[in-house]
Parts: sequence; structure tokens; C-alpha cells
Amino acid sequence: MTYEPKSLKVVGTRPVRHDGPDKVTGRANYASDFTLPGMLWGSILRSPHAHAKVISINTDKARAHPGVKAVITGADLPLPPPGVTQAGESAINTQHLAKNLLARDKVFYDGHPVAAVAAISEAIAREALGLIEIEYEVLPHVIDVDEAMKADAPLLHDDLFTEGVEPRPETPSNIAKRIVVSKGDIEKGFAEADIVIERTYTTKAVHQGYIEPQGCVANYAEDGQAMVWCSSQGQFVIRDLCITMLGMEASSLKVIPAEIGGGFGGKTTVYLEPLALMLSKASGRPVKMTMSRGEVLRATGPHSGSSMTARIGAMKDGTITSAEVVIKFQAGAFPGSPVGAAVMFCSAPYDIPNLSITGYDVVVNIAKVHAYRAPGAPNGAFAFETVLDELAHELKMDPIDFRAKNSAVEGSKSPYGPTYGPLGGIECLSSAKNHPHYKVNLGPNQGRGVASGFWINIGGQSAATVVVNRDGTISLVEGCPDIGGSRASLAMMCAEVLGIAAEKVRPSIVDTTAIAFNDVTGGSRVTFATGIAVVQATEDAVRQMRERAAKMWDIDVDQVGWRDGAAQEMNGNRSLTISQIAQKAAKTGGQIMGHASINASGAGPSLTTHLCDLEVDRETGKITILRYTAFQDAGKAVHPSYVEGQMQGGVVQGIGWALNEEYIHDENGRLENAGFLDYRMPVASDLPMIDAVIIEVPNPNHPFGVRGVGEAPIVPPLAAIANAIYDATGVRMRDLPFSPPKVLAALEAAEKAKANG
Amino acid sequence: MAKSHVSTTVNGDPVEFLCDTAETMLDVLRNTMGLTGTKEGCGTGDCGACSIIVDGRLVCGCLMLAVEATGKQVTTIEGIGAPDRLHPVQQAFLEDAALQCGFCTPGFIVAAKALLDRNPDPSETEIRYWLAGNLCRCTGYDKIVRAVQHAAAEMKGQPA
Repeated sequence: MTYEPKSLKVVGTRPVRHDGPDKVTGRANYASDFTLPGMLWGSILRSPHAHAKVISINTDKARAHPGVKAVITGADLPLPPPGVTQAGESAINTQHLAKNLLARDKVFYDGHPVAAVAAISEAIAREALGLIEIEYEVLPHVIDVDEAMKADAPLLHDDLFTEGVEPRPETPSNIAKRIVVSKGDIEKGFAEADIVIERTYTTKAVHQGYIEPQGCVANYAEDGQAMVWCSSQGQFVIRDLCITMLGMEASSLKVIPAEIGGGFGGKTTVYLEPLALMLSKASGRPVKMTMSRGEVLRATGPHSGSSMTARIGAMKDGTITSAEVVIKFQAGAFPGSPVGAAVMFCSAPYDIPNLSITGYDVVVNIAKVHAYRAPGAPNGAFAFETVLDELAHELKMDPIDFRAKNSAVEGSKSPYGPTYGPLGGIECLSSAKNHPHYKVNLGPNQGRGVASGFWINIGGQSAATVVVNRDGTISLVEGCPDIGGSRASLAMMCAEVLGIAAEKVRPSIVDTTAIAFNDVTGGSRVTFATGIAVVQATEDAVRQMRERAAKMWDIDVDQVGWRDGAAQEMNGNRSLTISQIAQKAAKTGGQIMGHASINASGAGPSLTTHLCDLEVDRETGKITILRYTAFQDAGKAVHPSYVEGQMQGGVVQGIGWALNEEYIHDENGRLENAGFLDYRMPVASDLPMIDAVIIEVPNPNHPFGVRGVGEAPIVPPLAAIANAIYDATGVRMRDLPFSPPKVLAALEAAEKAKANG
Repeated sequence: MAKSHVSTTVNGDPVEFLCDTAETMLDVLRNTMGLTGTKEGCGTGDCGACSIIVDGRLVCGCLMLAVEATGKQVTTIEGIGAPDRLHPVQQAFLEDAALQCGFCTPGFIVAAKALLDRNPDPSETEIRYWLAGNLCRCTGYDKIVRAVQHAAAEMKGQPA
């Protein structure tokens, strides 16, 4: 479908979201809110070691404990055939997934599941875990990505040989893969540069931090038919992963989507569901499992910590001539970090003639990483955008002008291959430059940082059904969990096409047996891709209603138009509303239902520029964010309030990542801060209002011009804050997070260096 | 061990239940009474998703033993607003798009109501510090703070 400018009545307005009342009254049901009669409680025994051989497991005492109905270990989950399941931005290796769900001969991280129990109460299930006897042989572990790449590092997998290196290495290592993106000749480019700056950066593993822990209820019946209730970013991916793990047929498992309490990429895979199904099968009863916050932090996908070196050269006039970046990502216990996105997108806002960007995917002894909002891109932008800031200072150029001079525009070739279509980068930069925020004077110890970011956004498979009810209301059936307002945006697009109010369209997200396969809610794809499916399904319904009207009037369908929720006779004055057509549907050919099932391509990338003002307390090292403004190209904001909400939420996650969030391990590789007290996410009193400025450069491949918006806002904050700290203090900080002790140490080191001349 | 018998008042209704001594009020609300609007995000009093009001005080349901409810007045999200009319805080959350995933929302609404009950005219700073015990990972708090300001204005009979 292509974009056509048109006057809009619903798209671009701010109606109350359809699922809102249930969510402000406590009615909305999330994963752990379900119960079934006769339900058991499942619980997981986890490794206390970062890396160990499992010598033996004895479950006899646990099985004999009164009230225990089932016990499972890795021996009960045979490895599935090798394969990969695509889940949005993640490709999930099925054998690695099975080994992650339940360890076999080795545990690879603190929190790795080893056994699971189902019992008649949560308390008894936990007691039974204490009765399982496991003998471990503790092995040396490695968590730091640079350490893990060394030749003498503890080896996680003796069958892992680096991909992407010719010839294939003869010895195994922790380096799972090398990825290279390049164009031009970087050394020629650096020779043309008047100034070249090279810097090294590190970031720690961080967590998505969704407030709802993972949870599910599974019910496996004697005939092999099963149901799972769970919260996820995609009921179909949960189904496909479960059936692959358990060797089931797709039609035998119904996955019923609960409301989802945040995901940010982390709920596009399974941790509990296959185990709950196995326990239900073994016990013959429904089984509920929920994670504690400690389990969420220890054992569900954090985002990679990283180590990066960026070298960028520019001429005196500000033209960037060359960039070389090396990016190393923690993958966690099994291969598959999002380093590829960092490689492809760190330089993507810019048109740079000579590029060489190399990424390494490195296994380490923490939980297998999983997607986290624009996976990988914030790390890459942290390094790239901070070196750009240093270059701008050296060249005595305004950092916005410097970025604008080098911006990619429509027709520029992207670093990852395709040529860009319309792109809002320049619009974001000029809007930032002209914004009052950029002109406000700063006080002592205050600084301002600028950074830009890029996210590609994706399309993918989506289906939608538009059911026309007799009273003229519409039931909109779709298959993508609503993580932040997509019911509203999809219903609004349906209403726009029909010419009725958004409130007349009631959206439902249905189970895996009620609609065709949908890809996950991820990649900022739902308003774009499912939006196209909804528009096509609505157009299908309109076509059918025009045909019915033609039949009722006994004229040719070509003589029937559609406007304002009614069929209109083109050469006359007659009209028929949706309900008038629907009430006669039984007599004109049966009930009316529009449908579309598509694989959308042509998602438009999102560009964004952020301005951050902050103040550094020189006595404590504490950083206070004073003012923050995000400028982002949304293509078209269908419901502007929820676009602003995505921008504000992404910015604040980025602020948390920059200032406080990090995985802290003890000398034995155990996670020391596995709770919200010590894994310190931003709270309301840490923050000012976050200003969101929506730019609209339409995506030509969507009927209303929509791009994705959810992910790009987390990309610039790390660099924007680092650049603002420099502006405030003259100190460049390159190792995240910028927590008070580290800021204080950096300030003191700078003072000392100054004193020593 | 024998269970304890507790008589209490929940959302204005007299309620009796049996519980283990170690059970939290949150467990009893969710698992015994089926009042699942109160959520568990951490179980350690750090996220505020289980916020309830007990004898006028805002508390975390996960940090209160169920036996402590004896003789108390407990208000949960299910007890806020009326069937024909949402509470002004609930209405403001809807109108101002102050929720995304909605999981933390009941806790924020209970906490905000407790704030406005005692301070009908809070400053932005007072709102931010009062709500600092409630974690939201989706919104960045901007629209939540605005919704509480909006609700305060509504409750004073002024346009926001």
C-alpha cells in the first residue's frame, strides 16, 4: 500500500484507548491473574553457580514429598531437531533454547534452571526444590566480554567455532560470530581527514525491566490437546517455540494472550511455558508458574554489555571522511547477541563514504541475552555519537550543524545496503536547533548534550478481520499483543477508512486458533504492518458493503461510493449506513466480514535527535537531569499521545541505563543486585517532564505514512548524557553507567591531572 | 501449622479468611479473594504495583502480613471509583494517556488517590516524591504526573 495525503478525521486525534477502563480499574487480566480449577503451582530450581558441570541430580526425595505431583529435569526435555525460530528481531536457536530452559550436563549462569516441580501449593513446591540433590563441579567462569575473547579464557562450549572468519578456526572459542559491514576504503578516508579521533567505550549488561514478571498457566489434556495462558509479545511465537520444544502439532496448542505488563523485546521468547506444559502433562493437572523479580533479573534475557572502539575522521569543513568501529557484545550463555544491529545502525544517520564496522558475538556466563528495545543500537550510538561530539568540539562546529552536514538523506546509501527513501534526520536536527530548549542559558556545573539515533523498524506478517455487526459497530480482530496503545491506533485506522468514530470499533486480540499467524509485537512493527492489514481488511469490508448496497438498490457496484460510514449512490441521493446494510446482510449474501493477511515490507526508518540538560553535583557525583527534549520522525502519529508516551518512556529507559542500571556480579559470578532496590531503575522523583516533539515525514509505504516509533527513543540518551557531562565538567566519561561513585572518581582524576599539569 | 482466622474489611465489605502466618496481604487478596487488580512486580516493596490503602495509610501489600489486616479497613484498586463513575484519578489517567502496558497502573492510581486524600493541592515535586515508590517502565512518568495534577484540579472543581 502506498501513502496518499488526505484529510483525516480520526487518525491524528487522541481518543481514550479502548482497553483503558479495564486497566484503570484493575479488571485487566495479566499473566498471573488466571487460575483454573485443580491448578498446581510450579517452581524452578536454579543453578547457584555461574559455570559448572552437573555431575548428578537426585529428585527422589522431592518426588516423595507430600503434595508434590511432578518433577522434571533436562533428561525429560529431549533436544529438538536443529533449527531457528524467528521472533521479531531475534532468531531463536531451538537447541540452545532447550538447553536454556533446562540445563543438561552443564550450567552456564547463576539462575540457569536445573529442575522444576509442580505441587498443590507454592509453599510445597518451594519446599520440594530444597529436597533435590545436585552435585556440581564448579568451573572457572568469565563475564567480561574482552576477557571472554582471550585465548586462555574459560571456554563455555567446546563445539563453538567462530562464524564469519575465513578459514574456519580449528579451535573452539567463546567468539560465536564475527560480522563486518564496510564500504569504500577507510585508510584512504582517514588520510583525507584533518582530524581523527579514536576512543574506547564499555557498557554493562542491563535489563528490560518490565514490571510484570513472566507468568503462565498451562493445561495439557490426556488427548494431547493443550492450552497456555500467558503474557507475551506474540502468542504465535510462544506457540511455535512450545510445540518445537515438546514435539507437538500446531493445532494441538492454543495460546491465549493475557494482557502484557511490559516487554521491551524481553517477552518474545519462552522461559516458563514449555516447563509448565511438561509439568501439566506429567501431573495431569493445570499448572501455574510465575517468576519472582530475582528470577527475572537472573534468568531472563538481559541486554548485552559491550566493549567498543570507534575511530572517526573529518575534514576542517566538517565533512566526515571515514569511520572504523569495533563492537564486542556479550551474548550470554548461548550465541545470538544483537551486535549486528549495533554494527549496521551506529553510523546509519550519516552518509559516510568510507566505513568499516566489525562486530563480535561472544558467549559469557550470564543468562542468554534477549531483545531490548532497538536491540544493540543504543550501545553503538553511545560510542559513535560521543566521538562525533568530540570532533565537533575540535572543529569548533555546533554539534547539530556538524551532524546536519553529514546527515543521510533520501537517496543516500545506508551502511547496511539499501538506499534510503524519505528520511526525517535533517528535520529532527533543524527542529532541535530552532527549539527554545537549545537557546536556554546554563548555569555552573550544568551542561547540554546532543545525540541522534536511528532505528530501522520492521514489517512482517500480520492478519486482521473486520466483522460488521448488525448495529453498525465493528469488531476488529487482530493477533498482536497491545503493549502500549496499539489497540487504539489500529481501531483508529479502521474507523478512518470506514468514516466512523474510533469508539464504534472494538478491537480484540485473539488466541492462536482464532486468526492466522502474526509475527510478534516487536520491531516497532504493529502500527505499521498490522495497520496495513487492518486498512486492507477494512477496505475489504467496505467493498462488500458497497456490493450489498448495490444489490439493495439494484444498481451496479461501480455506482456506489463510500463516505462517512455509509454507502452513497453516486448518481443520486440515496445512502445506506453500515447498520442499514448489516441488518439486511442475511438476505443479501450472509454476514459481512473483511479480512487481510499480509507480509508487510517497506517499514520506514525512524530518525531522532535528543537534547539533554543536566547538572553534576561535584561533591557527590550525582547527576540530575534538568531538561530533556526528544525530536523524532514518526511518519504519521496515529494517536499522538501514545507516540509521545513511547518517546518519553524510551528516553527514561535510556536515562536509567546511562546513570544507574548495570548488572553487578560477585567474584563467583553471582548476580549481586537481583532486585529493584539495587537494580536501580528511574523513579518519578529522578526526572523532569520529558518533552516530545513529533516530526512527520510520511513513510511512502503506509496508507497514512506511519513509521514505527517505539524503539528509536532509547537510542540517543546514553550519548546525549555523556556529551552533556562533558559540557558541564570538561570530563569525558566512556564507561557506563555514570553512577555517582564513578562520576566522582572521574572528576577527582581530572582535578588531579590538572594539578599535575 | 494451623491457619490463622482473620476478620477485616476490604473495600467496605466485611471479610473473613484463613491464612498461613507467613502469607502476605497481597497473596491473600490475589489468591484467596480473587482481587487480582493488585499486582506483584517485585515482592520486596520496591515497585509499588501492590499498593493498597490500610486505615488511610498507603502500604505495599507484599510487605504486610495478611494477619495484620485484622480489624483494619483495606482499600484496593477494586474499591476505587463507583460502577457508574470512575474516580477523578482514573478518569485523568484515561484522558491523559497516563498508562501504556497498564500493569503498574492500579498501584499508581491507589497511591495517587492516597496522596490527594491528604494533600489536595500537591506541587509537581510533591507528586514526584510521593510516587517515587511506584515503578513504571513504559511512560517515563511524564503523563502520570500530569494526570495527577489534572485529577487534583478536577477534584477542586477547577478546569485542569
